[in-house]
Amino acid sequence: MHELSIALGIVKIAEDETAKAKAKKVSKIELEIGVLSGVELDSLNFIWESAIKDTVLEFAEKEIIVIKGKGKCVDCDTEFEMENLYDPCPYCQSYFKGILQGKELRVKALEVI
Amino acid sequence: MCGTCGCGTEDNGPVISKPGEEHHSHGEHHHHHDGHSHSHGDHHHHDDHSHTHEHDHNHKVLKIEQDILKNNQLLAARNRGYFEAKNIFALNLVSSPGSGKTTLLERTLTDLKDQISFYVIEGDQQTLNDANRIAALDVPVIQINTGKGCHLESDMVFEAVKQLNVKENSVLMIENVGNLVCPSMFDLGENKRVVIISTTEGEDKPIKYPDMFHTSDICIINKIDLLPYVNVNVENIKKYALQVNPKLQFFEVSATTGKGMEAWYKWLAP
Repeated sequence: MHELSIALGIVKIAEDETAKAKAKKVSKIELEIGVLSGVELDSLNFIWESAIKDTVLEFAEKEIIVIKGKGKCVDCDTEFEMENLYDPCPYCQSYFKGILQGKELRVKALEVI
Repeated sequence: MCGTCGCGTEDNGPVISKPGEEHHSHGEHHHHHDGHSHSHGDHHHHDDHSHTHEHDHNHKVLKIEQDILKNNQLLAARNRGYFEAKNIFALNLVSSPGSGKTTLLERTLTDLKDQISFYVIEGDQQTLNDANRIAALDVPVIQINTGKGCHLESDMVFEAVKQLNVKENSVLMIENVGNLVCPSMFDLGENKRVVIISTTEGEDKPIKYPDMFHTSDICIINKIDLLPYVNVNVENIKKYALQVNPKLQFFEVSATTGKGMEAWYKWLAP
């Protein structure tokens, strides 16, 4: 259940940035989470309420922008969508690929009051 | 609530202790709740409908663009720099519980401790059992008990390395908490990540738990002495693992009988 660590990492960033901006609380938080990041969105949503209790995020609206996985084949340069880390190149079936996107795990923006 | 222990108080946070020592110290794990300021003066009472929504005009959008794991990565980088400066070769051993990590470690230490100066960090939720097994071999060891936490983080390793007083030109073995999911996301600053899978776990573990195999450099297939009794083909384990990570390097061993250990030793002490 590393999603709890992830959620508390988000809380830490929100607390720090809210204090820096001399704001009181967060009204909206935007997260970017890639499908290959290793974070299970259901688990994150499940522990979210308990993680944000008594923090600046307690009443914040949460928006998760899910970023699709994208890879580029090392052998034939084809770019393709990835749902799993083990997806082969659809063109030449090679498993050697660079991951272009989908590993994101970011706090994109905060709307503070 | 603390991210590592999942509990409300520091008493249940990660604990670092050495075998035979009564006193233990709490790691400097950052308890995120320490920073919470909670001003009751700011509470709006929900039954008070007369208050104006002035604050709506004070909304400010902050562009953050920060990696959520930034803190862990910063301390991992610090660990990595420390290891490099002192010529410490650090390995992060990861696997599901029961794959034989500790047995593999015991055998490796026993066979190589005259050639290599080893240090060991043991990660488990509870007990000093593993640290005691290593201490019995006269190898310096420290135990991190993560409490309810499911993985080691770089700040725990940072603290443990300080307490262990790891000397220059040595090999540091970090045995992570037995868990094939969570530790994959947390860089500890290791030089190489070693995933161990045993033949009793089934062939398709690498694609069932792809993140761990994707982030590892070495894959040790353990318990090959049990192959006659299990319906598993080692080539299929490798095939699945290579689908996730074509760069993986394999060693097939039995930590119990010693079969195949020579190749692993050659890699460790070329």
